[in-house]
Amino acid sequence: MLLQIKNLHAQINGKEILRGVNLEVKAGEVHAIMGPNGTGKSTLASVIAGREVFEVTAGEVLYNGKNLLEMPVEQRAREGIFLGFQYPVEIPGVSITNFMRTALNEVRKYHGQEPLSGAAFLARMEEKKKLVEIQSKLTNRSVNEGFSGGEKKKNEIFQMAMLEPQLAILDETDSGLDIDALRIVANGVNALRSKDNAIIVITHYQRLLDYIVPDIVHVLFDGKIVKTGGKELALELEGKGYDWIRKELETR
Amino acid sequence: MAMSSYNGILGDTKGIAGLFEHKLSTSEFKGGKAYTEIRKGAIASFLKSGFPGKEDEKWRNSDIEKFLESRFEFAEGALPADVDVDKIFACEVPDLDTWLITLLNGHYAAKNSDLRILPQGIIIGSLSRAMRDAHELVEAHLGRLVNNDKNAFAALNSALSGDGVFIYVPDNVIVEKPIQMVNVVNSESGSLFMQPRNLVILGKNSQLQLVHCDDSRDQAMHFTNAVTEFFIGDNASLDHYKMQNINDHSAVLHSGWFTLGRDSRLTTNAISLNGGFIRNENEIVLKGEGADANALGVYLVDKKQHVENHVHVSHLVPRCTSSELFKGILDDYSTAVFTGHILVARDAQKTEAYQSNRNIQLTDKARVNTQPFLEIYADDVKCSHGATVGQLDAEAMFYLKSRGIGEENAKMLLMYAFASEIVQKISILNLRERIDDMIKKRLRGELSICDQCVLHCSKPDQPIQFEIDMSKI
Amino acid sequence: MADDTRNILDEVTGKEYKYGFVTEIDTEFAPPGLNEDIIRFISEKKEEPEFMLEFRLNAYRRWLGMKSPEWAHLNIPPIDFQSIIYYAAPKAKKELQSLDEVDPELLKTFEKLGISLEEQKHLAGVAVDAVMDSVSVKTTFSDTLAKHGIIFCSFSEAVKNHPELVKQYMGSVVASGDNYFAALNSAVFSDGSFVYIPKGVRCPIELSTYFRINAKNTGQFERTLIIADEGAYVSYMEGCTAPQRDENQLHAAIVEIIALKDAEVKYSTVQNWYPGNKDGEGGIYNFVTKRGICKGNNSKISWTQVETGSAITWKYPSCILQGDNSVGEFYSVAVTNNHQQADTGTKMIHIGKNTRSTIISKGISAGLSNNSYRGLVKVTKRAEGSRNFSQCDSLLLGDKCGAHTFPYIQTENKSSIVEHEATTSKISDDQLFYCQQRGIDAESAIGLIVNGYAREVLSKLPMEFAVEAQKLLSISLEGSVG
Repeated sequence: MLLQIKNLHAQINGKEILRGVNLEVKAGEVHAIMGPNGTGKSTLASVIAGREVFEVTAGEVLYNGKNLLEMPVEQRAREGIFLGFQYPVEIPGVSITNFMRTALNEVRKYHGQEPLSGAAFLARMEEKKKLVEIQSKLTNRSVNEGFSGGEKKKNEIFQMAMLEPQLAILDETDSGLDIDALRIVANGVNALRSKDNAIIVITHYQRLLDYIVPDIVHVLFDGKIVKTGGKELALELEGKGYDWIRKELETR
Repeated sequence: MAMSSYNGILGDTKGIAGLFEHKLSTSEFKGGKAYTEIRKGAIASFLKSGFPGKEDEKWRNSDIEKFLESRFEFAEGALPADVDVDKIFACEVPDLDTWLITLLNGHYAAKNSDLRILPQGIIIGSLSRAMRDAHELVEAHLGRLVNNDKNAFAALNSALSGDGVFIYVPDNVIVEKPIQMVNVVNSESGSLFMQPRNLVILGKNSQLQLVHCDDSRDQAMHFTNAVTEFFIGDNASLDHYKMQNINDHSAVLHSGWFTLGRDSRLTTNAISLNGGFIRNENEIVLKGEGADANALGVYLVDKKQHVENHVHVSHLVPRCTSSELFKGILDDYSTAVFTGHILVARDAQKTEAYQSNRNIQLTDKARVNTQPFLEIYADDVKCSHGATVGQLDAEAMFYLKSRGIGEENAKMLLMYAFASEIVQKISILNLRERIDDMIKKRLRGELSICDQCVLHCSKPDQPIQFEIDMSKI
Repeated sequence: MADDTRNILDEVTGKEYKYGFVTEIDTEFAPPGLNEDIIRFISEKKEEPEFMLEFRLNAYRRWLGMKSPEWAHLNIPPIDFQSIIYYAAPKAKKELQSLDEVDPELLKTFEKLGISLEEQKHLAGVAVDAVMDSVSVKTTFSDTLAKHGIIFCSFSEAVKNHPELVKQYMGSVVASGDNYFAALNSAVFSDGSFVYIPKGVRCPIELSTYFRINAKNTGQFERTLIIADEGAYVSYMEGCTAPQRDENQLHAAIVEIIALKDAEVKYSTVQNWYPGNKDGEGGIYNFVTKRGICKGNNSKISWTQVETGSAITWKYPSCILQGDNSVGEFYSVAVTNNHQQADTGTKMIHIGKNTRSTIISKGISAGLSNNSYRGLVKVTKRAEGSRNFSQCDSLLLGDKCGAHTFPYIQTENKSSIVEHEATTSKISDDQLFYCQQRGIDAESAIGLIVNGYAREVLSKLPMEFAVEAQKLLSISLEGSVG
């Protein structure tokens, strides 16, 4: 089991957002987590990645059998967790090249590997850039500074490709993308799918799931996963909307 | 010696010390025992530092030599009995419905009584009278904000001032119409040295719009050394407009000392349209969380005029905001000085403070000195400042001219646009229109000293033309 | 800011100085104290001509009548000028003919600093003049330079071999009575570097001086004079370190640059004097007067500085833009940590027509330090069409430090444009989290972000320096040894 979340409760500023999330993800799987706005999808992603503003009040998260909640953010990343941000922050003056090289070598060091040589690193950059059709000059720019919405998201997937995470969580990667950018981003993600890694796609639209086809779809509602099904569940949600779930919950 | 008409060289500190001793021994001072102690401290501070000079960092670009070497009559006594107050203040701002407080040569000159109680318990009138009739209020506030060690002229005012304006707005009272205080200088007997001292107290949740004017009626060299203390209570709001239009030979110094309570709001706007030497100092202390202070100013100077704006904003507590915006246009031999200083104290987190000084310099004889300072001891703050000195935008000039507008008109249009950013922030509509007109006239060089007076005597039915001549387009 | 970020900052910024080692070298001292006899001693020791002694005594007499400047935003403890040793030279056993004869201990010192003279000489092609305490130790590459007619030697040698140039230009930019510390330097300076680039010559290599204060209780008063004749170009680099000592040591240097018509001088400094320990004990007082004059038309002087060291820094590398169309530039990164204080910036004096100046200053404050930018932009009446742009940003790491900006703008010309902008910011929790999420630990993340913040300035440094400067920035804040 790659990721095991048991009865996870989390709050921010005293307000409970996650109220008992249970989730299991195996290597090789693609999960989609859907749900209306404000139900805790992004919070779940943030808690897995280790954002400290959220306080975990109960439950546990195991990653490869290790207690994830005890690890600092960067250690989680080095263990192979990647968060594709919904709103990537701008870091003026820090070039993507410098940023990625530092990140990659830190991860390698953690796993007892030698740092990549400059040449090898650049070769890898070139290779991964193609994956998301990034124009070469993008990499000389500062991290996310002055990027369009689409560029920011492509840059997130590019970084994912560079770091080869075992578990990637893509938080609303589809928001703000036109159809071409969406296709490019999805193609990039699909190319990174393998039997050894897993991807959690967070979205509230079916649209993205036409491109990244999930194995399992969950509906997160009011801080809990209330429904789990196959990819057809996403289509059902698209057709019926979320009210249907709400009614079903009420009648329960 | 008849001390109410002390006459001497301004820079003669010994003479001033003698004047003080005399007044003390003859019990000429008003304000009771407590304030007499403040006076004693203040004169000691003043005599220790003396008048500031060029070696003083804050006066490096100020030339007050000629004033210090000149002879003035210290206008410390009461008004001469034979003055016809009604006649002097016969004119009022058209369409500006205000409570009017009039000072003649720094002294309260009543049309009605010395201290008026307006509806809702608002008190306005003479400070020296309030020292007697509202002494508890005065004693609790007067002299509490002024740092006499830091400011020699304020110290001199604290020591010697005889009168000024007192305004008190009780808790929860919103003053419906603006209060206008006007100090008019008019003297037949020669140059006057005046030291009005004003005290403005706003109770919590109160609101006041205050129009504060300095005008001169004659062409003699006068020197006004005014000090105002402003207490702005929790959640209170003060809109303060300072209009200075004095003759080319006179000086006005004004230091405003502001303290702001929790969630209170201040806008202080200095509009300097004419004056030989104008120096405005604002010492703004944000003491309650959530307070918001805005200091604005516009100055249009020419000939050998000199205008200074000094703004010191202290953020002592978290979550306060402040902004400063001063804009000036300098022609001929005029000079302008701006010093801004934003202090963010340790732990004053979440402060937002902005500071900006923009100048247009029209000649090579004019001089601009601008010093926008930041002093920051807290890390979670947003602070920025900027300063520019330049000319009218060449692209814009070209664009206007390419539409057929002549050089002069195009220049005036752009200058007007430059200045109007400040004018547009005046919240009293009639006043805004009036200032707007005055700026147009000022830019056309059509403003006489009488026109500049806010107590505009002439009829407003001669509309000022400032339209582009359409036939040229 | 979140508590964790605060803790990380405390941890990251609370590290110690890396270059603190003392080199055991035989040193020759003057007795401590300052009087006319000491000045005569120094002058005699250096076998100076009469005009030099006159210059020194004149400066000393002026200094006696001056007061230590108090206007800076600094808390300077009183300095006992009588307890300072004004002359300390590594005792040379005999006249040195080649690098092989240089004291091996001294060479080791420079190796530890990462500037092996040998290596520099052969690999980098950089000519190095190393000044240890007060005396210029060895100038490499002199022969190669001589082919181009370039003079690059110690100040003492210049006095002996090129007295006419020294006489003409010394004190012409920084007068001997310019300010308190300049007067002191003019009285007691012991050595420094001298550069002359002849007409039309583009100096083919970077020239470099490494300054090190080694001996105890000494002041270092070096003096650098750079003259670029018409159409000449030179890029000059200066590095500074000092060992850890509990006492404060004084460094009061002068740098004068003269750029004649069409000449260009690029002066880069990486200043890493010992800043004192975590409790603010010890460290160098760095009171330096640096000024250049663009004397001829179309000349250019560019100052780039990375300031990470010193307990107290008082320094304003300036440009007098006298020639028409001349250009002045100032690029600065100043880092203060622990108890350090810095008051640094520049003066741009526009005199010639169409003169241009650019000021980019990045201040980074951490720990309990105070970091001030102070700069003057003055446009005189004659300076038609002049232009200045200044950008002064401050970055605060932690809530116990201070970041201050004191710009002074004076214009007397209607056709000039002067613009000043400044912002104050901190490293946001979001930026830190983003880096950490990518597996970069907090320490490296801060290093990265700070380097990014300073990049605009670092990019102005010559390659040889840029790498070192980047490391220094991280070290001053991270302290990760090695």
